[in-house]
Amino acid sequence: MAQAVVRRVASAGGEVMLVARDPEKLRHVGDDARVRGAKIADLLQADLDLVGGHAALLDRAFAALGTVDVVLIAQGVLAAPEDCERDPALAERVLVTNMVGAALLAQAAALRLAAQGSGTLVGISSVAGDRVRGSNYQYGAAKAGFSAFLEGLRCRMSGRGIRVVTVKPGFVDSPMTAHLAKGPLWASPDAVAGVILRAAERGRDVVYAPGYWRLIMLAVRALPRWLLIKLRL
Amino acid sequence: MPLHWRTDAPFAGAGPFLPHGLGRSYGDECLNDGGVLIRTRSLDRFIALDEDRALLTCEAGVTLSEILKLVEPLGFGLPVVPGTKLVTVGGAIANDVHGKNHHRAGTFGAHVEELELLRSTGERIVCSRASHAPLFAATVGGLGLTGVIVSATIRLRRQPSPRVDAETLAIRDLREFFDLSLESDARFEYTVAWIDCLARGRHLGRGILHRGNPAQEIPPPPRSSRRLAVPFELPVSPLNGFTVRAFNAAYYLRHRLSGGTRRVPRDPFFFPLDGVDRWNRIYGRAGFFQFQCQLPPGAAEPGLREILSTVAAAGEGSFLAVLKNFGEATSPGLLSFPREGSTVALDFPNRGSRTLRLFERLHAAVREHGGRIYPAKDALMPADQFQTQHRRELPAFRAQLDPAFSSSLWRRVNPGE
Ligand SMILES: Cc1cc2nc3c(=O)[nH]c(=O)nc-3n(C[C@H](O)[C@H](O)[C@H](O)COP(=O)(O)OP(=O)(O)OC[C@H]3O[C@@H](n4cnc5c(N)ncnc54)[C@H](O)[C@@H]3O)c2cc1C
Ligand SMILES: NC(=O)c1ccc[n+]([C@@H]2O[C@H](COP(=O)([O-])OP(=O)(O)OC[C@H]3O[C@@H](n4cnc5c(N)ncnc54)[C@H](OP(=O)(O)O)[C@@H]3O)[C@@H](O)[C@H]2O)c1
Repeated sequence: MAQAVVRRVASAGGEVMLVARDPEKLRHVGDDARVRGAKIADLLQADLDLVGGHAALLDRAFAALGTVDVVLIAQGVLAAPEDCERDPALAERVLVTNMVGAALLAQAAALRLAAQGSGTLVGISSVAGDRVRGSNYQYGAAKAGFSAFLEGLRCRMSGRGIRVVTVKPGFVDSPMTAHLAKGPLWASPDAVAGVILRAAERGRDVVYAPGYWRLIMLAVRALPRWLLIKLRL
Repeated sequence: MPLHWRTDAPFAGAGPFLPHGLGRSYGDECLNDGGVLIRTRSLDRFIALDEDRALLTCEAGVTLSEILKLVEPLGFGLPVVPGTKLVTVGGAIANDVHGKNHHRAGTFGAHVEELELLRSTGERIVCSRASHAPLFAATVGGLGLTGVIVSATIRLRRQPSPRVDAETLAIRDLREFFDLSLESDARFEYTVAWIDCLARGRHLGRGILHRGNPAQEIPPPPRSSRRLAVPFELPVSPLNGFTVRAFNAAYYLRHRLSGGTRRVPRDPFFFPLDGVDRWNRIYGRAGFFQFQCQLPPGAAEPGLREILSTVAAAGEGSFLAVLKNFGEATSPGLLSFPREGSTVALDFPNRGSRTLRLFERLHAAVREHGGRIYPAKDALMPADQFQTQHRRELPAFRAQLDPAFSSSLWRRVNPGE
């Protein structure tokens, strides 16, 4: 998804700094963005679970870019509940990457933007966090935590010239979901990127991507617990 | 099995494996019954663009459409495009596709400087005419059987505008096709003829010839176009004898009346079917078969005469019949389809055994005239015909195959392997 956002920014001739954990993938996405017209301020390899590194990373980003318009937090890990049950280290990663790492990066970035007096922080959470179910409880709980954290951060930052936006994608056809069978509700990363960039510019602070997930989640949140359990959702 | 990064290793399980682009091939060469398809469409990143040397390096799942969108505003074009821009670079290389300028530019593969191939052993081999040349020659036109092409470097063409100065001429018969083609190929970058398959006797080969040259102009800013869609499969094919006859006559008349040179946009000239989403649905649920063959120069006229009269006599009206002369350029791939001579492409709604019998006659005609059938469009060629038409190249090709790769087509034309 982050790659799709970068491509749209690139085609408009924007300037970006990219952060990723895998140096090869970072280079591949960076080259692609450059050919498509982006100015690359910097490419930085970092494991965002290591929250101690966030400050240095943001220093470097603000130094390279000057004024920062948008900070997009897009890291995430998905794992099946049974795999997490078998392997607590994996469960820990799901909780840390999706919740702790993302939330602390959001906090640090929001403070920088507030100091700058402008800008938008966008965090990618998930519809999975709107109603946590047995089939994704580690991931869902982490995303629920991240959504809640952003909600609070938004209140805290009000009046400081910045926006905090939560994007909740539904099913997106990306590397994260490569192993899953696709149906009609699935969206392309590019479609979600469109929603992300529009939301970063103006409008609601909590957006679903695509928008129809707002209705779906309204219904899913209203389901009684016994039904969720019965349906093994 | 989708491939998202060129560093991914997609070879899990027993295989056999086959790369898959956008599935725009008509037959079973892009299918792998019982095996694993490695989907390459997400390998859609550009890697480098060297404007001074006109070289573009990109991943193999990038489409020709995406390339044109990137390079046209910079004053470049692709040296070769097939009749649809919705194909991947990997697919264009694996079929060594040709376009309306074959007589000038040769095949797509002729403009591929180098490519990176991922083999089932996990090995990554950069091959070109200079390095691993036998593997390069087997991979261009290699039907996806030598490994997964993960990226390629393509030589672009400098071209100020994507538009074409096009002319359309009426052709009275087959003789006139050859005369007009000869004259047009010398003066025009693009030539292609459209033949009315229902015309018989002395009208055999009646049709129209499109020819054109790249427009020399500063192009107007692009406009986005809306696509027309065929929203569902029609339960029966509307392409019965009557509709095809009417369509063909109208097409013929329209083009005979509009003479002169017109400056036309890129898409209607090169990619007429791309404007209609899922155009194949107009053939109904049973689908259709394509037929495309090449005939060597000496045999082209009698061969085409026999093929066209067989088609006209069968009355299995062809919606698209495209005729073109290939130039003398040697194709870079061992199994590349284009060779000097003429090529004709037809498609037929699937009417079961009647259609199959017609194909038997067409295949026999091709064989008799020393011609070859295009695997990208084939689902029915007999195994021995494939073996015969490629007998000189097959030993060298087999030596480069990836042993874990296969396709439905490959198994069909190599029974018992
Ligand atoms: C409307 C229309 C018009 C056409 N006009 C022409 C024309 O004028 N001239 C012409 O030559 N062809 C033409 N074609 C055929 C088309 O250009 C080819 O079939 C092309 O190869 C399809 O590309 P694809 O990306 O869809 O590949 P697919 O159909 O998915 O695959 C084609 C072959 O390429 C292999 N392959 C795909 N990707 C890779 C990869 N990354 N590495 C290794 N092997 C790979 C597959 O294994 C398969 O054997 C036309 C097709 C259509 C639908
Ligand atoms: N796909 C969906 O259906 C869907 C639905 C709702 C929400 N989301 C959320 O959308 C966001 C983007 O996901 P996506 O669909 O685009 O999948 P993706 O391609 O897998 O993107 C997630 C990225 O996060 C990176 N990452 C993971 N852990 C990291 C760490 N510790 N440090 C730095 N980077 C790390 C991954 O890097 P590596 O490639 O190196 O692993 C990967 O590139 C995620 O937050 C995801 O949870 C996705």
